Formats: sequence, structure tokens, C-alpha cells
Amino acid sequence: MAMNTLHDGFSEKGALIEQHFQELTARRRLYSWLGFAIVALALSGSLWFANETNAGKFFDRLPYLFDFVGDMVPRDGMEVFRALFDLPSPYDDGSFKYNYPEGRLYITESFYVPEYFHKMLETLNIAIFSTVIGMVFGFLLCFLAAKNLVANRLLRGFVRRFMEILRAFPEVVLAGFFLAILSLGPLPAVIAVSIHTVGALGKLFFEVVENADMKAEEGLRAVGASWIERVWFGIVPQVLPNFMSYFLLRLEINVRASTIIGAVGGGGIGELLRLSIGQNHQAKTLAIVLLLLITIIAVDQFSAWLRRKLVGDQAFRLAQ
Amino acid sequence: MTTLNSAQMDEIAARHPAVFHRSFWQRFRVAIIAGGFVLYALYCWWFFAIGHVLTTANWNIAGTYLADWVSYEVRPEVTIAPDGAMKLTYPRFSPLGPNAEPDWVEIERGTMSRTTPAAGTSATTAKKPASMGFMGEGAVLGGSDAAAESMATATIREEEVVKRAVITLNSSTSVEVVPDRVTVQHAGETLVVDLDNGAMEVDGALPAWATQKRPGEKITLAFGFAGWGEIEAGDVSIRKRFLGWANFLFDTNSPFHGKSMSEVYSLIASGDRIDPKQSNLSLAWDNILYNAEWQHLDVWTKLLQTIVMAFVGTLFAMLLAFPLAFMAARNITRSWLSNQLTKRLFDFLRSVDMLIWALFFTRAFGPGPLAGMSAIFFTDTGTLGKLYSEALENIDDKQREGVKSVGAAPVAVQRFGVLPQVMPLFASQALYFWESNTRSATIIGAVGAGGIGLKLWEAMRTNSDWENVAYMVLLILIVVFIFDGISNALRSRLMGKPSH
Repeated sequence: MAMNTLHDGFSEKGALIEQHFQELTARRRLYSWLGFAIVALALSGSLWFANETNAGKFFDRLPYLFDFVGDMVPRDGMEVFRALFDLPSPYDDGSFKYNYPEGRLYITESFYVPEYFHKMLETLNIAIFSTVIGMVFGFLLCFLAAKNLVANRLLRGFVRRFMEILRAFPEVVLAGFFLAILSLGPLPAVIAVSIHTVGALGKLFFEVVENADMKAEEGLRAVGASWIERVWFGIVPQVLPNFMSYFLLRLEINVRASTIIGAVGGGGIGELLRLSIGQNHQAKTLAIVLLLLITIIAVDQFSAWLRRKLVGDQAFRLAQ
Repeated sequence: MTTLNSAQMDEIAARHPAVFHRSFWQRFRVAIIAGGFVLYALYCWWFFAIGHVLTTANWNIAGTYLADWVSYEVRPEVTIAPDGAMKLTYPRFSPLGPNAEPDWVEIERGTMSRTTPAAGTSATTAKKPASMGFMGEGAVLGGSDAAAESMATATIREEEVVKRAVITLNSSTSVEVVPDRVTVQHAGETLVVDLDNGAMEVDGALPAWATQKRPGEKITLAFGFAGWGEIEAGDVSIRKRFLGWANFLFDTNSPFHGKSMSEVYSLIASGDRIDPKQSNLSLAWDNILYNAEWQHLDVWTKLLQTIVMAFVGTLFAMLLAFPLAFMAARNITRSWLSNQLTKRLFDFLRSVDMLIWALFFTRAFGPGPLAGMSAIFFTDTGTLGKLYSEALENIDDKQREGVKSVGAAPVAVQRFGVLPQVMPLFASQALYFWESNTRSATIIGAVGAGGIGLKLWEAMRTNSDWENVAYMVLLILIVVFIFDGISNALRSRLMGKPSH
């Protein structure tokens, strides 16, 4: 840097300080470069490895990267909406590809819910229900894991490890295991997502509890309140807005998670999306993508609005 | 809790009216929200038909599957021919390997003279009781001609057969098979089944651990964790369960199979070469890597793919989100168009789910880590870009003004006025996403985007490789915990906060 080189004419002490400063920056720079070199090495090794073990090689496939975009174009623009609302298509040739009305779910004689809306509702319900379950159990567990409420290291450590395992256990495995027992349907997805949510919300919750103001709890302790009374009247009112905010944040994440779980056999819209991409049904794929996009944006916006109302600007602390 | 009397209560109420006269919503919100949750739970109970699913679920099988995670079965099978000749066999891929003679199976052999029908008819006559379909009828019809023909060519010869077999499952459970009788002992009770030329007869009542749907049909024995068994006329098959993972290092084809640790060690250290082309050490290592049941090399490669997907995807997302965030931040780029364009791009990338990206890129690149990597890259560019631009919009302007006031170039203003404020936050968030992507990379792998996800999914779909699932889950948990630790340590160092 130009600023660092102008140092002639220092006093003796000044020169010493300057020398130390220079040594410090030199060491810092060395560490930075070393760090960069390690990351660059790891990156190039990773890229080579990924390319080597992939089915199609990157540079071979690059010219065809956008071929699938061409495959995605429907016969005409209206087809997407016909697929979305299960209206009959003029291209119907008896094949499954253009037979949109087949998926209709009739509620009365003439009123039906289009297939994709029904499945989207299923996915949304998986997300909401499992977030609720996760919230209930996370709520019950988090107070046992907080340092300021439980003095027993053993209990605290056990609850924390338990939540860590719930969080790290792959959702795919939970879904697959319950799929084997409960047979096809959305319930395996609900169980898988809820178990993960218990761990994830429990962790966020106990961190909130640990940061709570202990004065209210102290007051209750002074009048001889029991542990449950202290938690319920001293801690819960303080942390509830934050809990609700994390609940909504988790809901956003779970809408995506339940879509993905659906794609690996858990029912809902994810499964339909995977099938229609696999079978090259352009209009159906676009309709599902459109529906998913709108739903996810709507959920995100609603949750962001509600969180801002609940906890103000804190709402945007995604990562802690 | 110390309680107040009513006079004190009134006094306090008079002093603080606001506390005691709250609005309807304030008073009942907890009850209303809780009631809402309960109503919603009831709705979901109906919507997902939870009651129905739980009652039709196969809970017995759940126990077996769970036990399969940490144990394996060995399946000796005793077949009894109509003339009373018995044979004890193991299935082709038995964990004990071919020609095993475990010490918990006691065999008494003897010789007997058997009439061997001519080749060709033996197959059809053996098939007779099993196949009842259209083809079976035809085979029987064809077989009767052949049988008549074979009478002339049938030979009588001495053959070594099993006279008696005792299979011990644990100290209180054993199954004894002689040609005309099966005696099962379990938990102090004894079950005797008389076998007589294809017919079965139970002496006395069935104990609680044995079930039979109709008299004369197959009897199923359940011994808890020790195993289970089935008795049919002419066929007794037993499953003995062992705790542990079978053949974890060497499969049954390996020359090291069935040897103890010290034997293997001495073979490697000083034994003669088993395969003249390579040393015993490299042979052992090869045998471990290409173990047919556990596929260690394949599992490790797939796990490494998952790690690589998360690492490269997050790193590229960070590198791209970094400059874009500067374009998206209102206070840094004062152009409405550029702000809006980049912010909407972030929203788009984020809202098109990682699943959709994964499915698209799987079509573009073929299954493999490139697809998963690209999916993570696209989604996280959106998420990180949004977070970064929000962080940039919240910076303190004084530092920038200071750097600007001494006449620094625009790039220098960003470098010395903005970066020092946001860099720790940026790096911390990237680390957080790296960690959480290591987890999500498993699941997008299951739709074909590379990594261990697909392998896990395939192992689960067979419903019989749960021990492999357990192995992979264990590896994933270890990797996730290690990365959690690294990322937490780095982040707390960056943010100057103690780690949790």
C-alpha cells in the first residue's frame, strides 16, 4: 500500500513501532495467502473429483446445457394454464401427457379441485403440520437445555446431544424408513420433517432462552415459585415473540424441505414434479414450477411480514 | 408461591389498573393460539388419514427392520425328502460363506440307501407340491409319463445324509430336526411337530411364540431377538440373529474371511503371499475396498461427492453473491434499476427450490455431483446475495465518509470503508450455509444429483440392506458433526463470540 511506505524520518521509538507494524502486516498477509492457497487447492481438487465422478463431463455437456430448456417449451402458452387448472387440452391424443382433466379431484358433482392445487395443499400441510409438531416438542425440550434454567450439566448435555442427533439425522433415511413401515403417503414425510424440526427449533429456542432477561425469573424465585411457574411466567412471555419468529422462519424452510421429501417418495407436489420432468411433460412441468414459485414467494412474504411485526428488524437474522 | 389475600389484591389492582384490565386478545391469546393449533392438528389427522395409516401400518416389520440396522441373520435350512433323507443348506449369499459348519449347528450324519430316479424327472416331481399354476399342471402331466419311463432306469445307491440336526439359538432356545419329528424348545416350553410324508401334526397346544393359520399349514416361530423360524412339511428354516455387522472388512470371497484379527495381522506381516502378484497387505486393502456387501470404496467416494458438492456450491455462491450484493445494496450502488434487477434475481434463484434446480441440472449434466453442486450454487447465490445485500444496507456510513474525505478512489472506499465492517459477517454466513448444505446435499442426492443420497435411497428401497443404511448414516453423522465443529470454531473466531 502506498500509505505504508512513507515512513522516513521517524524517531527511534517510532521506527520500532513502525517495524513491528510492518512485521505484523507481513505475517497477516502470509496467512491470508496461505489460506487462499489452501482453499484454491481444495477447490481445484474438488472440481476435478466432481467432474471425474459425474456421469456427463462438464465440458462435454456444456454445449447441451440449455437443451432441456428447449424441451421445456409447451405447444402453446395456454397449455400451462390448462395443465394448472386441469382443463381439457386441444392436443389431447389419449396419452397421459395431454390428459389434464384426469387428475381432477371432485368435491361435489361439478366442483373440482385441480390436481396440482390439491397436491400443493398436501405439501403445504406437511410443512405446517410438521413445523407445529416440531415447535411443540422443541418448546418442551428447549427449557431443559438452557444453561440459566437447568443447573444439572448431565441433563442439559443429554438434551442438547439428543437435539443434535435429531437435527443431523438425514431426513431421507427417516422418510425411507417410515415409508417401509407405513407404506406410501404423506405421513412418512411429516414424521421425517418433524423430527428434523424438533432438533433445529430446539437449538434456536434454547439460545433465545439463554439470552432472556433473568430479572423476572428472579422475582418469581424470591416469592417461592416452582420451576414450572418460573419458566411459564418469567421466561415464556419474553421469548414467545422470538419463538414465533423462528417458527415462521422454519416454516419457510420446511415448505422447501417437504417438496424435496415429496420428490423422493413422500407424496405431495414434489413427486409430481419429478415424474413430469422425467417423462418430459413440458406443460405440466411448467405449471408445477409456476405453482411452486408462487407458493414459496407467498409463504416467504407472509412470514417476513409477520416476523417483522413480531420482533422488528431482528427478523432478518437468518444465521446466528 | 406466596399468595396474596383479597384485600392486598384489590389494593394492587387499584394502583395498577392497566395490568388487570387487559383487552380480550391480551387475556385469551394463549388459549386462542393453542386452540387453533389443536383444531389444525385435528384437521391434519383427517387430511392425512393418520388414524387409518397407523392402524394399517406393519409394526411387526418395524422391529425387524430396526434390528437389521445392527444385526444380521444366518439362515440354516433343513429339507426333508419324502423318503426321509435330510439335507442342511445355507442360502447362496450366506454371511458365513460357502461350506460353513458353525458350532451352534450340531449334525449327525449317516448313510442310507436311496432310490435315485433318472435325471430330468427329479426336477418335475420335486416341483409338484410347490407349483399349482397353469405351468405346474402341465409339468405334472408331462412328469407322469417321464416317471413311468424312469422306473426302469432308477438306481439304488448308498448316500450320506443328515440323520439329525440340532440348531441352538441361545441357552433356552433350540430346534431339533429328525426325519419324522421337529422338536422346538423355547423359554421352558416344548413344541413337538410330527412330520409324516408331507403332513404335519402338532402334539398338544401351540405355545404363545408359535403361530399357525390353519391346521396342517406352515408354523411360524418367533424367538424375539434370537431369531425366528418356519416349519413346513419337508422344510424347516431357521433364522438365527447375531448382533453386529457381518463381514464388515472382508467378504466371503476374500482369503482373509473368517480369520481373527491376529491371524490376519500375522498373514500380512509375515505370511506367504496368497496372491503371487501382490503383497498380502495390498491384497487385504483391495479386499476391504471392494467388499461386495459393504462397498466401502463406493460409499466413501459418494460421501466425498456429497462433501464436495456442499463445499464447491457454497464457495461459488459466495464468490458470485459478493459482487452482486454490492450492486443490490441501495446505499452502495445508487441506481434503482441495478438494485431492483439484482434483488429480483436473488428472489428468483432462492424461490425456485433447490429441488427444481437439482432436477434440471440432473437432466443437463447427467446424474452426479456436478448437478448437485450447480443446484446448491444457484439456490445459495440467491440466499447469500439477499443476506449480504441486507448486511451492506445496514452498515455504518461514517467509515466510508472518512475514507472518502481523504480522497480515496471508489474501490478503496469499498475496500477500507465497507469491507472491514461486513467481512466477518459474510464469512460467518457462508460457513453457516456450508454446514447446512452438507446436510441438504444428502437429500438432493436422492433425486439423482449425486452423492451418498442416491446410494442411501437405493439401499433403503431393497428393505433388506438396513445395515448398510446404518453404516452410511453413521458416516454422515460423523461428517456433519466434524463440519459443525469446524464451522462453529471458525465462526466464533470471526465474530468474536463464544461458540455454543
